[in-house]
Amino acid sequence: MIYVAFFAGAIGAIGGAVAVIAMRNPFYSVLALVVHLVSLAGLFLLLYAQFIAAAQVVVYAGAVMVLYVFVAAYVGAAEEPLWEPIPGQRFLAPLLAAALLVELAIAILGTGLSALDTGGPTLPASFGTPTQVGHLLLERFLIVFEAASMLLLVAAVGAVTLAGRAHARAEDERARGTA
Amino acid sequence: MTVTWYVVLSAVLFAVGAGGVLIRRSPLVILLCLELMLNAGNLALVAFSRAHGNAEGQVFALIVMVVAACEVVVGLGLIVAIFRRRLPLNVDDLRELRG
Repeated sequence: MIYVAFFAGAIGAIGGAVAVIAMRNPFYSVLALVVHLVSLAGLFLLLYAQFIAAAQVVVYAGAVMVLYVFVAAYVGAAEEPLWEPIPGQRFLAPLLAAALLVELAIAILGTGLSALDTGGPTLPASFGTPTQVGHLLLERFLIVFEAASMLLLVAAVGAVTLAGRAHARAEDERARGTA
Repeated sequence: MTVTWYVVLSAVLFAVGAGGVLIRRSPLVILLCLELMLNAGNLALVAFSRAHGNAEGQVFALIVMVVAACEVVVGLGLIVAIFRRRLPLNVDDLRELRG
């Protein structure tokens, strides 16, 4: 049963990831990424990470992807030219990715970490619940938590500065002045 | 089901994401491929957390999600700004930083 669930999740995740790259229209790439993220949430559930799985679906597949869909619809489908600045990029790039995969596989399969070859220890029922993650986040990792909130604030301000209305208008006027 | 399966899956997903960053030239799709790589890292973190019976890896995965959200917000802001200035949405045409 667990094998079926794992392979269903794995096929969904890899299929979604490949579809993200293969789709020519960015809009479909975003939808493929949603499939990928939901499959990953299922895998997180198999790993007893209930809170992370829920956060993955709500925050990632929900909120972040809405942002992506909005920008993909706003920008529209841009045609990617077939012209290649680096000769043979279309063949070299998958080759490099395959080389990276081989390296990672050697590192994982050749590792001496004996815990990897077990299913992991038996876990208490509270493992991965919001209670446990919340306790860790607010007690042991409080500074990390605060730094993350600061980072989110800076990112929000940065996005407003980059894409805000007033800024764009000023830039339009500048462009018109020089034209 | 040993933890190795999950770690190998995360390596495959990371390689797919890296390949996407190398192949595609639309900044939007490159951001999506970065998401793939970050999520592969998250899967590895959660798998190791399961292997050791220690939930600290899950907190780390949560923080990675926060960082990914920040990266998305700034990246999409940049894309919208590029689009507003009617520049081509192609990373090869945008490689020169002068305005």
